[in-house]
Amino acid sequence: MNVLRVGDDALLVEVSSGEEAEAWHAELLRRRAEGTLAAREIVPAARTVLLDGLADPLGLAAELTAAEVPPAPPRAGHVVEIPVRYDGPDLADVAAHWGVAADEVARVHAGTEFRVAFCGFAPGFGYLTGLPGRYDVPRRDTPRTAVPAGSVALAGPYTGVYPRSSPGGWQLIGSTDAVLWDHRRVPAALLSPGTRVRFVPRGHQGGS
Amino acid sequence: MTDRALAVVRAGALTTVQDRGRPGHAHLGVPRSGALDAPAAALVNRLVGNSPGAAVLETTLTGCALRPRCAVTVAVGGAPCRVTVDWRPVPWAAAVRVPAGALLDVGAADSGVRSYVAVCGGVLVEPVLGSRSTDLLSGLGPPPLADGTVLPLGRPGGQHARVDVAPLPAPPAELVLRVTPGPRADWFTPEAVRAFTSRTYRVSSASNRIGLRVDGPALERARPGELPSEGTVLGAVQVPPDGRPVVFLADHPTTGGYPVIGVVRTTDLPAAAQAAPGTPVRFVAARAR
Repeated sequence: MNVLRVGDDALLVEVSSGEEAEAWHAELLRRRAEGTLAAREIVPAARTVLLDGLADPLGLAAELTAAEVPPAPPRAGHVVEIPVRYDGPDLADVAAHWGVAADEVARVHAGTEFRVAFCGFAPGFGYLTGLPGRYDVPRRDTPRTAVPAGSVALAGPYTGVYPRSSPGGWQLIGSTDAVLWDHRRVPAALLSPGTRVRFVPRGHQGGS
Repeated sequence: MTDRALAVVRAGALTTVQDRGRPGHAHLGVPRSGALDAPAAALVNRLVGNSPGAAVLETTLTGCALRPRCAVTVAVGGAPCRVTVDWRPVPWAAAVRVPAGALLDVGAADSGVRSYVAVCGGVLVEPVLGSRSTDLLSGLGPPPLADGTVLPLGRPGGQHARVDVAPLPAPPAELVLRVTPGPRADWFTPEAVRAFTSRTYRVSSASNRIGLRVDGPALERARPGELPSEGTVLGAVQVPPDGRPVVFLADHPTTGGYPVIGVVRTTDLPAAAQAAPGTPVRFVAARAR
């Protein structure tokens, strides 16, 4: 593990895997909740956790560098179910990458339990992990100028759902009516880091 | 007349509602946003007796014109500009009384980029995640002002400050940004790291609330590819593949995959917000405190 300084009052905890980043994220949230860590922002990402707004970054860096890797957090909390139609324009391309038929893409995707590894790109956009590495897909060579809101998409090891229409280079495999972001709702974001997620093919909702 | 509102007669190039932003939601992909020249926004609020967190207007280069529907006290600060009420000049960086229905014109910036307009009671648009700021990256908060927009105002609270003209730093002729190296300085060649803190850049006209872009020596990478996305901070100097540094300002993305060569001290960012295109920029190496 590396602890890198970021400016005067932030640290970047860098680890070697997404699982370790998840474990450190859970541990740092736990420390903040119990009052032993004061940080304005705790931002997990692919291989890092950013701590911003720290009073004593040097002291914390020394402490974290000496610490053991925390245990993986338990898979707790309810599972958010996202109804999906597997009707995306890139479904055939993804099936070709995977070397399977299009309905097999839907079967594998809907049969996977995902977890929000981190958020970014837009409010409410989660980077979901859970698919085995053999299902990684590249981004599209030419990004779309407008991906419709509710598009369910793949890129690299991640699945994501576009909270609103925006440019994007991910492979679109489906669509959902779920509202990923509503600032009048509490919480505004349907998905936040750590949330467990299942995609439920439309017509099969309610089962779990 | 008790209609506490402000009609926008001329929105200008880009005028937005800003307060102290919405920090604390970066893990959801929500930028912090907020006034770029925060000390100027706090000062004009103080001049009209608002709390420092009241929402003000942030103009960009060309000012704006406003018609309050009730008598209000206003103050304009930040980038120096000509201010008039019904075409009569009134002081800049001072509390000014504007009668109901009069035209407050905030002129184009004489120097600097962003002027701030505080109105007693503050601009009272609906808050989103605790802030009324317009976030141009994610679209949270109210849209930028348009001609004809009507903004609700709060009730005046405190006493306005009894000063004639408040001190404000002049916009910089040369922008000097102290920068602490890292976290990804090792992604660049030693020559690039030296060039970054020894050569002179210029503010690019492509700068905006998301980032201050600069033209100058391209910074060469020591290694190819992209980083896995990682969290980013205010003041981070990100270097995209074209090698031209971008200093992250308030509406910056919360994560990014381009390496950050250094981080500008947050106390130097208000001056960056007032550096007009063409202004020379020097990045000066500083030790993290």
